[in-house]
This record gives sequence, C-alpha cells and structure tokens, in this order.
Amino acid sequence: MNKVLIANRGEIACRIIKSCRKLGLTSVAIYSEADAEALHVKMADEAYPVGPASAKESYLVADNVLKVAMDSGADFVHPGYGFLSESSRFARAVEDAGLTWVGPNPQSIDDMGDKERAREIAKVAGVPILAGSPRFDVGKLDTIEQAGEAVGYPLLVKASAGGGGIGMRLVERPEQLLEIAQATQSMAEKAFGDGTIFLERFIANARHVEVQVFGFGNGEAIHLYERDCSLQRRYQKVIEESTAPGLPKAVREKMVSVAASLCQHQKYSGAGTVEFVVDADTFDFFFLEMNTRIQVEHPVTEMCTGTDLVGMQIRLAQQDLAPIKQESINHQGHSIECRIYAENPDKNFMPSPGPLERFKLPSEAHDLRIDCGFQEGDQVTFFYDPMIAKIICHAESRDRAIDRMIQALEEVEIEGVKTNTKFLMSCLKHQDFGAGKVSTGFIGEHLSELTNN
Amino acid sequence: MSLIDVKTEITGNVWKIEVNEGDAVTEGQMLVILESMKMEIPILSPEDGVLKELRIKEGDVTTEGNVVAVIEA
Repeated sequence: MNKVLIANRGEIACRIIKSCRKLGLTSVAIYSEADAEALHVKMADEAYPVGPASAKESYLVADNVLKVAMDSGADFVHPGYGFLSESSRFARAVEDAGLTWVGPNPQSIDDMGDKERAREIAKVAGVPILAGSPRFDVGKLDTIEQAGEAVGYPLLVKASAGGGGIGMRLVERPEQLLEIAQATQSMAEKAFGDGTIFLERFIANARHVEVQVFGFGNGEAIHLYERDCSLQRRYQKVIEESTAPGLPKAVREKMVSVAASLCQHQKYSGAGTVEFVVDADTFDFFFLEMNTRIQVEHPVTEMCTGTDLVGMQIRLAQQDLAPIKQESINHQGHSIECRIYAENPDKNFMPSPGPLERFKLPSEAHDLRIDCGFQEGDQVTFFYDPMIAKIICHAESRDRAIDRMIQALEEVEIEGVKTNTKFLMSCLKHQDFGAGKVSTGFIGEHLSELTNN
Repeated sequence: MSLIDVKTEITGNVWKIEVNEGDAVTEGQMLVILESMKMEIPILSPEDGVLKELRIKEGDVTTEGNVVAVIEA
C-alpha cells in the first residue's frame, strides 16, 4: 500500500509529489498530450498519458483517470484542487474500484456541493449564515415585499440556477424590489430555463476570510486558523495572507471555532476550508461555502502552523494519522502568498499563453517557499488556467512579510509571457493594503493606481 | 468601401461564433468568443459594416495576430 496516483497537473501535482516522497510513497502522474514534458511528469516516479490537451478530454474524464490508476497499481488517488477534486461520482468510483480516495467522504462532497443543503447544515451547526428568503417561483411574488423586509436592505435578488455573479441583481431600496425581482425572473428563465429566485442580504464592504479545517472522520476536527483572501479579481484570488489583518481577536476566535464545529458536526474527514464573507465595517461574518479539498492557498497556513496538510491528508487516508488536538496547533507570525499569473494587467488582464523563454524565480529559503509547475523553456498553454507559480513568504509581522514578498517579487524574471508580477507589487505597496484596509472591492476600486489601464 | 481585417489578440480555442457571413455588424458588436486559459475572450467588431468573410469555425485553434474575419466598412 504505497502508491499514490495524482489526478492533477501543474504546481499542485508537484507539491503532492513532494509530500509523497517525504512519506516514502511512490508517486504516479497523469498527463495530457500538452503536458508530456511538464515538470510534474518529470518529478513523479511513474507517469501515464490520459488523453488530448483539452482538460475535458483528459484530466476531467473520470473513467480514463480511474483506469490509469488501476492499471498503474495505485493504492490511493489524490485529486488536488480543481478538475475532479469535488466530483463525488469520481470519489465513489475510486472507492468502488477498491482504491482509497485521499479526500473527504463522498457524502460530505455532495452535502457541501449543494449550496442550499450546505447552508442548512451550517445553520444547524451554529454557523452564522446570511439572512435569506425562501425561493420564489415565476409570477408568485405576492409575499416578496415582506420577505425583503425580513432579509434587510441592501439585498441581492439571486437566480437559484445562477452562479459566479451571473443572475444576481442588487436592490438598495424596498420600492425597487418587485420590479427587479420580476426582471431577474424573466432573465433567469431565458438564460437558465429556471426563473426561480431568492433574496439574500448584501454586504457592501466585504472581506473574504476562510478557515482551514481538518477532520478525522470520527467527529473530531480541528481548525488551523484563518486566511484572508480578500484581494480578488473576477472571483479569482490574487493575494492571500494569514493572519487576517485587523480582524478583532474575539471575531477570529469565534470564526475558527464555528468552522471547527461545522466539521465536527459533519464527522468531516480530511482537509477542508470553510469560507466566510465578513462585513469589513462591523466584522459580522457569515458562512459562504465549504470547499471539500485542499486549496491553492494552503501553503499560507502551512507556513504559519508548521504543518504539511497534504501529508496529513495522505496519512489519514493510510489510517496512519491519530487525531491531532487543537492545542497542538500553533499559529506564528504572518504569511503572504502571491499568485503569478500569465496575464497582462495593463490590457484588462488578458491571458498571455506562450513559451517561458526566461523563467527565474527567487530561491527558496526558510522564510520563502515557491510552489511551481514550470521550468524555463516550458510552454504555458492556453488549455489550462493561467497560474504559473505561487510565492509564499513568512515573517514575524505583516509589515515584514510585505517587505519580504516585495523583495522576492523583484527577483522574478519571466520573459515570453506577460505576467502580473508588477501588479502584485503595486498591490503590496499600496497604502491601503499596508494599512490592512483590504476588501473584495480593493482591486476594482484602485485599478487605475495598480495598472496602466 | 474598405476591407478591415479582424485579428485575434490571443491564442485560444474558438468557442462560439455569434455572426454569419453577410450579417450587418456594428462597432463593438461581439463577433466571436475565444476560450483561453479558462477565460472567455470576446472579439469585437472594430467598425460598422458587413461581415464579408469568416476565416475560422467553432473548435478551431487560433493564434495571436490571426485574421479571423473580414469586415467591409
């Protein structure tokens, strides 16, 4: 029982391989036609093709990935993030085939994947949720004004079938509600074939703070403190950090403890993240969703707590990890992660695929970690997402961590593709960022100062 | 009357074509949507005119600087 198939590519596949090595396990990579020469393939002990370049025909084809896992004699399947990581169908297929899924119980994936069920479970576990209304079918809006009063203004009218910002309309005053509700229903009917809507409280000045959790499957679960991921663009995180700046101690304590309770309540197994929206003015916080996988920004937590979350996932799957006590998790100092994207911030963040003609990242050190899936000479293809590397630093204070990150970014030399390196430095040097005044609107509000748009 | 080449600014997959040859188009109208690095990148008409020629079809890969359409303005 010592072989792990990694159903992923890029930096996360490389990162999982490192933990496998530390644990003395054999790593098996999969690759699409576009990735035959990729770093994760070179690093793994074994590697097998899984289809054409397009992810829909390779990394996302559960049956093919499972077949490779079985043919290779793998005992475990680690899904990483993205791709099949939140497919309960794939998780079940892995288990039905007699392999071990490195992740939560498929039922937990289903429970948290259904946003409404997740909300109910969170509510029962005592996690604060945003005020919301029941669903309204098309044309049945008789009681919507009372529902609006109960939720409170400003509020969002949301199409039940919508997502990622589509099918969402802001209502600032009660007299606008009926008209906007009708318009949203008619739009949703055309766009999604389902005109059902509901109302949800809107937080104007919001932060995104999430809590890393780890459950042991028996009702025991711990938190590993929070990450502030407020700096986002189009729902894509750009800079993440821990500790969340300026979050009052009592709020932080309550947030991390309700997140751990949610996992205990679910008998959650493995690594997960409970995401919250935080009102930046009042510090009220509300459950957004729970991600049932390892996350891109997990190194921030590892740097502050001295843990290896991926190693813990694998050891739990091996039934070789005794439950860890909350008291043994210590959070020290401050960590920041910057995501280097192949994109052009000065041209409306247009993706920039191409060859990495020159690719030099700063050297790793005790206070600097680089997670990367590319080498000089590699192609950054248009088939996959634009993230090429993550730089993570750690220091005793936030100010020092910011300085350390700026110093690290100054050492980045990438030619052949455009990157957001300068944009990241502009964010870090911005006086509001320095003052901890972060919000999900930060990049949009300061765009002209941060880019040459 | 002049012929205007509409070029792509990015390498990507042609995801959707929103117009047909012979259609009247207006400046800023979406002609084609490319998919690159998991993002949708619209190609807009640079001027008012008539779509004279489409040089791509859905599913094609197009590279930066390619002429995807010709507009008669």
